Amino acid sequence: MTEIPLRPTIEVESRGAAPLLEIAGVTLRFGGIVALSDVSFTVGEGRIVGLIGPNGAGKTTLFNCLSRLYRPERGDIRFNGKSLRHAAAADIAAMGIGRTFQSPALFASMSVLDNVKVGAHPRGHNGPLRDAITLPQARREEREIDRRARAMLAFVGLEDAATRQAKSLAFGAQKRVELARALAAQPSLLLLDEPAGGLNHEEVAELGALIRSVRDRLGISILLVEHHMGLVMSLSDRVVVLNFGRVIADGPPDDVRGNAAVTEAYLGKRH
Amino acid sequence: MSESLPVGAAGKLAPIRASVPNAAKVRWPCNWPWNWPWNWPWRWLAGAALIALAVVLPFALSNYHVFTLTQVMIYAIAVLGLNILTGYNGQISLGHGGFFAAGAYTAAILMHRYGVPYWATLPPAGLICFVLGVLFGLPALRFEGPYLALVTLAMAVAMPQLLKYFDTWTGGQQGIVLVKPLPPPGLGLDRDRWLYFFVLAVLLLAMRLAANLLNGRTGRALVAIRDHPIAAVAMGINTPRYKTLAFGASTLFTGVAGALAAIVVGFVAPESFSLFLSLSFLVGSAVGGIATIGGAIVGGFFIESVPNLANDVSDAAPWAIYGLAMLLFMYLMPRGLVGTLGPWFVHAMRKFRSARGAPK
Ligand SMILES: Nc1ncnc2c1ncn2[C@@H]1O[C@H](COP(=O)(O)OP(=O)(O)OP(=O)(O)O)[C@@H](O)[C@H]1O
Ligand SMILES: [Mg+2]
Repeated sequence: MTEIPLRPTIEVESRGAAPLLEIAGVTLRFGGIVALSDVSFTVGEGRIVGLIGPNGAGKTTLFNCLSRLYRPERGDIRFNGKSLRHAAAADIAAMGIGRTFQSPALFASMSVLDNVKVGAHPRGHNGPLRDAITLPQARREEREIDRRARAMLAFVGLEDAATRQAKSLAFGAQKRVELARALAAQPSLLLLDEPAGGLNHEEVAELGALIRSVRDRLGISILLVEHHMGLVMSLSDRVVVLNFGRVIADGPPDDVRGNAAVTEAYLGKRH
Repeated sequence: MSESLPVGAAGKLAPIRASVPNAAKVRWPCNWPWNWPWNWPWRWLAGAALIALAVVLPFALSNYHVFTLTQVMIYAIAVLGLNILTGYNGQISLGHGGFFAAGAYTAAILMHRYGVPYWATLPPAGLICFVLGVLFGLPALRFEGPYLALVTLAMAVAMPQLLKYFDTWTGGQQGIVLVKPLPPPGLGLDRDRWLYFFVLAVLLLAMRLAANLLNGRTGRALVAIRDHPIAAVAMGINTPRYKTLAFGASTLFTGVAGALAAIVVGFVAPESFSLFLSLSFLVGSAVGGIATIGGAIVGGFFIESVPNLANDVSDAAPWAIYGLAMLLFMYLMPRGLVGTLGPWFVHAMRKFRSARGAPK
C-alpha cells in the first residue's frame, strides 16, 4: 500500500509560539481602488482560518500578495518568521505556501497526474541535463515524484483519473486536482480560494471532510476563502472578515456570526 | 520520525469517478505522446520495425533517394528543436533558419579552416547554437506571441547579410565548399549511404534525448508555462530560467541539424538560409504536430518533398500547389498528422485491448 509521510501531529490548541503566518498592515491600491487597507491578522500552526467577505472585498488580492504575485505597497508578511518582502513569486512554493485558484488554473493539456507532478516541482532537483540523459538519480527522483503524485491523487479520491487530460474533468474534479497539486509540494500552509465554488451540496460535504483531513492528517495549516458560510463556519478555528479591503472582524466563528458589522457588510445597513 | 498515513484513509470519500463523463476518457493529451505506457509490447515492436525499415530502406533505393531521405532526417532534427520551443513551451520563432545557418557555418569553418573531422563538428555547433539561443532568449523574455515572432524574424532576416559581411570567415557570397566525408573503410558502404546512417543515428539520439527531457521535470515545467503561466509561477517554476533554457535547447538541436546539412551537402552559402527556411521549419512543425516528437519526421518529409512534388504537379505555379497542400493539411488535421492521429491511434489500441479483456 502506498503511504504518504505525515508530519508529527500538531496540537490544534495554540502552543504560544510565533504564528506560522503573520500579516501586518498590508495595503495595496489599484489606481483609485483601495483593494487592501492596513490588513493585519495571523494564522497559527495547525489552524484552519476562514477568510470571508462580500465580492470585491480583497480576499483574492490578499492571496496574490501572499503568493508574491502582487507586491504590497505597505506592510509586511512574515512566514515562519521570515519576511516575504524580498522573496520572488517562484520561491513561495518552496518556502512552504501552497495555493489553489478561484477559477481552476490547471495545466489544461497535461494529464491529471502530470499536473500533480508539476506541484512537486519545488521539491525536485532534476535539471535539463539530468533529465535528457536520464541518470540513475534522475530516474530515482522521477519514481519518487510519481509515487508522491499518485498518493496525493488517492488522497483527494482521484486515483482513477490519473491519465485523463486535465481539461476533460468535471469542474469539481478539477478543483480536487488543484488541491492535490498544491499538496504535492508538501506545504505547511495552504491557501484555498473558494474551493467550494460551483460544487453541489454533496460535493461540498465531501470537500469539507477533505479539507479537515488535510489539516488533521497531513498537519497543514489552512487559510480558507469561501462564500459558503456553512462550510467556513464548520471548519474554521477562527474567521477573519474583510470588507472593502479592511478587516472588520476577527474571532471564533460564533462571535463573527453574531457581529453587527459583519451582518451589515453582507446585508447592507438597516434603516 | 514521521508517521505514515495509509492512503485512502483520508475519509469515506467516494471516488469521483461517477462525476466524470465517460466520453472524457477517450481524449489524450496530444502533446504528451511519451506518456504512452512503454510496457505495451506492440510499441516496442512498432519501434523496432520502424528502425529495421530505416536500416533496410537505403539498400532498396537509388542514391538520389537516399540523399533525399538524409535531408528529410536533417530537417526533422531542426523541426524537433523548434517543437521544443514553440510546441512545448509556446514561444513562437520565425528565426530558426538563422540558428540552422549558425550550426552549418560552425561545422563548415571548423572543417574547412581547422581540418576538424566532420563528426567532431557536431558538439561545438550544438554548443555555439545553445549559447546563441540563450543570448537570444534572454531579451525575448520580454516579448510574447506576435511580438516575439517579429523579434525572431529579425534573426532570420539578418543572418544571410551577416554571413556575407564577415566574408573572411564565411567566404562571403561564394560560401564554403567542403570535401565530402569518406565512409569508414571496411563497412562496404558508399558515401551517401554512410551519411544516411550517420544522420539516422543522430536523429534517433536527438529524439531520445528530447523525449527524456520533455518527459521529465524540465518538460513538465515547459508545458506548465505554456498552459498557465501564472499557475506555473505559483508552483515554484522559475519562468525566465525555463523559457531561456527552452530557447537554448531548441537552438542546440536546430544548430546540430545545420551542421549535418553542411556535412551532407558539402557546401554552405548565404542563400541557402533565407527567411523561407525559417518559415519552412514552422510549416513542418505545424504539419507534423507542433507539440509532438514523432511529428518532426512528418515535418521533415513535408519540407523536403512537398516543394518538389508541387513542381512536378505544376511548373507554372508550384507555390500555389504548396500553399494548397498546406491548407489541406491544416484543414484535415489541425493539430498536425501526429497530433491528430496519435490520440486516435491510442484510443483504438485501448479499445482493442479492452475488447480482448487485457488487464488495464
Ligand atoms: N489586477 C487588478 N487590477 C485592478 N483592480 C483589481 C485587480 N485585482 C483586483 N482588483 C480590484 O480589487 C478589489 C478586490 O478584488 P478581489 O478579487 O481581491 O476580491 P475578492 O474578495 O476576491 O472577491 P470575490 O469574492 O468576488 O472573489 C476589487 O474591487 C477588484 O476589482
Ligand atoms: Mg476572489
